[in-house]
Amino acid sequence: MSSRDLILGRVRAALRDAPVVAAVPREYRPAGTNRADLEVLVDRLVDYKAEVYRVTSAEVAATAARLAGEGGAVLVPPGLPGEWRPEGAYADENLTPDRIAEAGAVLTAAAVAVAETGTIVLDASPDQGRRIITLLPDVHVCVLRPDQVVASVPDAIARLEPGRPLTWISGPSATSDIELNRVEGVHGPRHLHVLILTD
Amino acid sequence: MTFLGMPVTAPRGVGHLRGDQPFPEAAREALGNSQLRRNLRHATTTIRGKSGRVIAELPDWQQLRDAGSAIKADVMSRLPELLEQLEERVTAAGGVVHWAADANEANAIVTDLVRRTGSERVIKVKSMATQEIGLNEALEAAGITPVETDLAELIVQLGDDKPSHILVPAIHRNRSEIREIFLRAMPGVDPALTDDPPVLAAAARRYLRETFLSTKVAVSGANFAIADTGTLGVVESEGNGRMCLTLPDTLITVMGIEKVLPTWGDLEVFLQLLPRASTGERMNPYTTMWTGVTPGDGPQNFHLVLLDNGRSAVLADPAGRSALHCIRCSACLNVCPVYERTGGHSYGSVYPGPIGAVLSPQLTGVADNASLPYASSLCGACFDACPVKIDIPSMLVHLRNKVPHPPAERAAMAAAARIMNRPRLYASAQRAAKMARIVGRRGRGLPPPLSGWTAGRDLPEFPKQTFRDWWAQREQP
Repeated sequence: MSSRDLILGRVRAALRDAPVVAAVPREYRPAGTNRADLEVLVDRLVDYKAEVYRVTSAEVAATAARLAGEGGAVLVPPGLPGEWRPEGAYADENLTPDRIAEAGAVLTAAAVAVAETGTIVLDASPDQGRRIITLLPDVHVCVLRPDQVVASVPDAIARLEPGRPLTWISGPSATSDIELNRVEGVHGPRHLHVLILTD
Repeated sequence: MTFLGMPVTAPRGVGHLRGDQPFPEAAREALGNSQLRRNLRHATTTIRGKSGRVIAELPDWQQLRDAGSAIKADVMSRLPELLEQLEERVTAAGGVVHWAADANEANAIVTDLVRRTGSERVIKVKSMATQEIGLNEALEAAGITPVETDLAELIVQLGDDKPSHILVPAIHRNRSEIREIFLRAMPGVDPALTDDPPVLAAAARRYLRETFLSTKVAVSGANFAIADTGTLGVVESEGNGRMCLTLPDTLITVMGIEKVLPTWGDLEVFLQLLPRASTGERMNPYTTMWTGVTPGDGPQNFHLVLLDNGRSAVLADPAGRSALHCIRCSACLNVCPVYERTGGHSYGSVYPGPIGAVLSPQLTGVADNASLPYASSLCGACFDACPVKIDIPSMLVHLRNKVPHPPAERAAMAAAARIMNRPRLYASAQRAAKMARIVGRRGRGLPPPLSGWTAGRDLPEFPKQTFRDWWAQREQP
C-alpha cells in the first residue's frame, strides 16, 4: 500500500463518525464593503516605516534616481513604462544575483495595495518583474496608481490571480524576534519607498 | 483490533513531540530561573498589548473568528477530498507531491530529495512541521548541513538551544544574551557587536547573505495550501522566507495535512486573523504565495511533502480534533499565565503552551505526554485569544479523562463516586473526614501512600462542623 493510500485511509477511518458541519458564516465585511481611502493607506505605510511620496508620472524617474543614492544605478523590470525609467537605469534581462544586488534601488509597479493593512502586492507582471529583483537590492521604490488601492484584504483577494507568484509587502523587512519588538531591516530591502501617482 | 489504515500516533524515537521529564519537574527548574521569567513576562506583555491594539481596529474581528473556525471544521470534515484536489492542482502546476505517513518517512523523503540535487547544505525557513519531525537531525546524520535562516531559529541553532515558542523560538533570550551567543558562535561576527536590536539584526543579515545566494536547495513549511488552486503560502517578517522561496533551484515544502484550505477566497479570512493574532501587526512584512513552478521565476523544482505523523489520530477523536484547526499564531501562549511563568521548554514538545498541551498528547497518544493536559489552570484565556476559537479548556478536561491514572487514585475516585451517590453514606463520610484534622494540619499534606496527591496542592482545611450538621442544628426562624 502506498503512503498516499495509507494516509487517506487513516483520515477516512478517523472520520467514520461522518461529522456534519454548519455552513461557514461569512458575516465579516466582504469585498466591496468600503471604498479605498488613500489617506488610510498612507497612514499605515508610514506607521510601518515605509516612505511615501506623491508624484506625477513625469516625476517618477527623477524621484527613483534620487532615492537610489549617489552613484547607485536603478534596476527596472523589462516591462516598466518607459516614461518612469530613469536615465542610466538597467533592465533585468536574466541578470545574475550579483548584478541585481548591486543596484542602488529597484523601481517597479505593483498589482494591488491594501489600505487597511498598508500592504503592497506584487504579482510578477512585466512591470514588476521576477521576484528576485525586488528582494536583493536594499532599496525598493514602488509606484502605485490610485485605482490599484483597495480598502481591505478581501478586496485584494478578489482582485489577485492566484496562479501568479505573489509577494505581499507591508513595510521594509523587519523582525519581532528580539524581545518581540519590531525592528526594521533584516534580509529583505531595508528601505521601502512608495510613490503614489497624482495624475 | 487494528488494521492497516487505522489512525496511528506519531512514532517514538524521532522528532520533538516528547520531553525528557514530566511537565511539573521541568517547570520547577524553569520557575527557579528568574532571568527567564523576566524575559518571558516582558515579551508576552509587549505582544499582548500590540495584538490587542490592532485587533481593536477591526470592527468584524468576532465575525472573522467565526468564519475561521467554521472553515477549519469544514476542512476537517472533508479532508480526504481536499488533499486529493490539492495534489492534483499542485501536480498540474508543475510541483511533485509526496505523502509521508510519519516523521521517519518525511525525513527520508526530504533527505533523498536533497541528496539527488547533490547539495550538501539546505537553507531553511522557520517551520514547525520540520521541527516536529526532527528534520535537522536527520539531515545532519546524512551529512547535509541545515541552516536556519529565521533570526530566532538562528539564535537557537547558534546557541545549541531548544525553541521555546511557536512564533519566536528564542523568546526566552533577551538582547544581551543574543549578543553573547552571536559573539560566541557566529563566524566572522564583528567583535564590537552591541546588544542594540537593529545591530543584532544587521549581523544576521551579513552572516546569511552569502549562504542565501550560494545554496541550491531550500526547505520550508507552509502556513496554508489552497486546494482549488494549488497555491501555497508562507507568512514571515524578515525576508529570509522570500530568500529561501525565491533563490534556490529546488524548494521542498513540508506541510501537515491539516493546513489545507478549500478555496482561494478563504485566504481573506486567515490573512486577517493570523498577523493580528500572531505578531500583533496589521499585516506581517512579507507573505509569499506560489503555485507549482513559474518558468523563469523562483525555484524550478518544487516538492510538497504532505505529513500525517499522528494527525489522523487527532482527527479520530471528535472531542479533540479541533486541535488541528490551529494556525500556529501563538496567541494562546502569549496570554497563558502558566506559559508566562514556566516557558516553552517545560512542555517538552515543539508545541508548547495551551495549544501544545492539547496537541502534543493527541499526536503522541496521551500516555506519552500524560502530564501536559494538567499544565493549565483552565482559566480560559487561551480560548478567548484563539483566532479560530479552539476550545482548549474543554479539550484539556477531556484529555485529563484519558490520562492513565495510578491504581490508588482510580480506586479512591471510584470509592468517592460510590459514596457520593448514597446520601447517608456521604453524611457519615463527611463526619469521618473531620478525623483528618487530627491526621494533618493544613499545608502538611496527606501521609503516604496518598502524599503524592498533596505534593502539588494544599489539603483543604476540614471545618469543625459539616454543612449537614449545621443545617440540622441551626435555629429555626
